[in-house]
Amino acid sequence: MQRICIIIPAYNEKGTIGKVIDSIRKIDKSFDLVVVNDGSTDKTIEIAQRKKIEVIDLPFNLGIGGSVQTGLKYAYLNSYDIAVQVDADGQHNPKYLPSLIRSLSDNTDMVIGSRFIQSSSYQSSFLRRLGIEIFSFLIKLTCKKKIYDSTSGFRVFGKKAISFLAKNYPIDFPEPESIVKLLKHGFKIKEVPVEMNQRQAGQSSVTPFKAIFFMSSISVAIIIESIREKQLNYE
Amino acid sequence: MSNNLIDTSFTFRVQALAVLGSVLLLLFIIHLIKKEYLREGYSLLWFFIAIVLLVFSVFSNLLLKFSDLIGIYYAPMTLVLIFLFGLILIVIHFSVLISRYEKQIKELSQEVGLLKNKLEKQTKTK
Repeated sequence: MQRICIIIPAYNEKGTIGKVIDSIRKIDKSFDLVVVNDGSTDKTIEIAQRKKIEVIDLPFNLGIGGSVQTGLKYAYLNSYDIAVQVDADGQHNPKYLPSLIRSLSDNTDMVIGSRFIQSSSYQSSFLRRLGIEIFSFLIKLTCKKKIYDSTSGFRVFGKKAISFLAKNYPIDFPEPESIVKLLKHGFKIKEVPVEMNQRQAGQSSVTPFKAIFFMSSISVAIIIESIREKQLNYE
Repeated sequence: MSNNLIDTSFTFRVQALAVLGSVLLLLFIIHLIKKEYLREGYSLLWFFIAIVLLVFSVFSNLLLKFSDLIGIYYAPMTLVLIFLFGLILIVIHFSVLISRYEKQIKELSQEVGLLKNKLEKQTKTK
């Protein structure tokens, strides 16, 4: 019986975290949930504690990279077989958890819930879609593997991936960079189509100028990550 | 209307040195990136400075035009100025970062102290 740890990184998500926790519990009662409170200034942590689940309360904000890695460290220290990332903002639909988890196997170390393998109803701005196409192209160029949704945080990690990423998790742009890191170290990644919910609490206020800056930064980060030497200390 | 003094100040020897220095800097930054000593953001920053220096070293007419624009007679000084300006920005940025890290370290230290106290209380009452 495989032990599964659901990691919920949370930064000021008091509006949605309760619903996210309830909806995950409905899927499978044997899931162990852990909320990583990334220095929230609102009542996120109280809501999580009231639902009687494990909470890791970080002393200050580390960002999505640091909080997800904390969850992976927790999963590693407690010898979980499988770890799953589900964001606290309600974008990830837990109904896909069984199919994502099933796609893990002996030759698949990480499964990504991908929005863009099939045509989905997910509304994205043109710039965002363009960016994701560019990242996909760069990853194919540097790692020889086509990844359609490199910014999705909806992921399932097998034991080897947990052990590796707990010690080596990128800071700046964890989602695309961790893909490059894993591929460069010989891990196998699979994508499974999912539908994600739109952001519930208002649109992110990103101007086109900022969007282009982010896109370039992520593109450069992918390239930089791909020329890094292999770590020798994993497992 | 080019100033003769500026044109002759960027001698071939100086230019060769400048190009060599920029290339060495670039290679060093790439080396640091490969060994994961530099985070992506900083890699990009230093890489950018190295590229700017390299471009101005290789394309001496650019350097000379720019020197003329700001009113510097000795062109190699312009390179130094560009480099210094970049350094100032970086160092100020570091001061900002260090302030942030000091605050975080203080909070961590306090949390550890309080956790130790909590732990000792729990083991005492067992």
